[in-house]
Amino acid sequence: MVWQLDIIILTLVIISGIAAITIKDLLGASVLFGAYSFLMCLLWAIMGAVDVAFTEASVGAGVSTVLFVAAVFQTTRRSKD
Amino acid sequence: MKTVAILTVCLCGSLFLFCTMEFPNWGDPAAPASMHLSPYFIQNAEKDAAVPNIVTAVLADYRGYDTMFETAVIFAAGLACFFLLRTFTRKRRNERLFRHIPTGIVLNIKAGGKIPDDPSKFERIDSHWTPNDLIIKTTCRLIIPSIQLFALYVIAHGHHSPGGGFQGGVILGASFILLAISTDLRSTVRRLSERTSAIMASAGVLIYAGTGLLCLLLGSVFLDYGALAPVLRSGSVMARSHGILIVEIGVGLAVMAVMIWLYYNISSAGKHDEGL
Repeated sequence: MVWQLDIIILTLVIISGIAAITIKDLLGASVLFGAYSFLMCLLWAIMGAVDVAFTEASVGAGVSTVLFVAAVFQTTRRSKD
Repeated sequence: MKTVAILTVCLCGSLFLFCTMEFPNWGDPAAPASMHLSPYFIQNAEKDAAVPNIVTAVLADYRGYDTMFETAVIFAAGLACFFLLRTFTRKRRNERLFRHIPTGIVLNIKAGGKIPDDPSKFERIDSHWTPNDLIIKTTCRLIIPSIQLFALYVIAHGHHSPGGGFQGGVILGASFILLAISTDLRSTVRRLSERTSAIMASAGVLIYAGTGLLCLLLGSVFLDYGALAPVLRSGSVMARSHGILIVEIGVGLAVMAVMIWLYYNISSAGKHDEGL
């Protein structure tokens, strides 16, 4: 595969991962986590692991983001630290 | 305390990075996994189980135990969420909102007020999400059947293309979650109750373990689908292929039901009253 694409997606994965744990807004953190999952899915698709990419797209970017948003909706939107 | 935590994380991270240098390169043909395990699967998956997608053959046939306990773990997760969150105490809310369907007027009924009892004229709405959005409802009504059909395709076509029970089950569960988001939680619970989803989750795990047990009873080892040949009236190789499909259906059923169950419990904080 094109290695430039690989580098770009890997950088975005790291950026969204760090952003997801540093951001104060928990709703934003769950959305960033969904973005992280989707980028990981792209990375796996590039490496040829299509089954894993499919699982990541459906579980990581799809359902778990909804569950996180639901949990934020029921608790609080601001993190304590 | 924070600096100590950051220091520990950095130390562990660099240790991990140091250890990955010992790993073989990505796609290295001389790596141990590529030398001993992969050639066997690549050469024999089609011959043993008539499954062109090797990943499916490895997941559901060669490593059947692994997938069975993964399904059991997902079931346990749903069960744990149920036991932690579900509350059965019927505490009345202070106020309830009802929409008069013909006019669209929303009534706020305080505690002790008379609840409108004609369901054809009044519908109860969530206190957080009041707009009656025709576009969202119509779009979801059109899109949900396609999602469900695609999910069934993913489960059934796992032998030939990427996909299988886990992915298909999650997509099937996501379609119900979309229904719950686009309308409200109560109407979705009326369509697929908590009891049904719990029974379906247990049934999925039972289908998987029961297939293994049936193989055991037919005189082979646990989860060796070749032993199902007399039951399925086919050759031993095709029996393994069909056995994989049966097992994938079980996984899909369990995963779908657990995803819906998790959503019900998390989005309503265990009350199953007002959701997202």
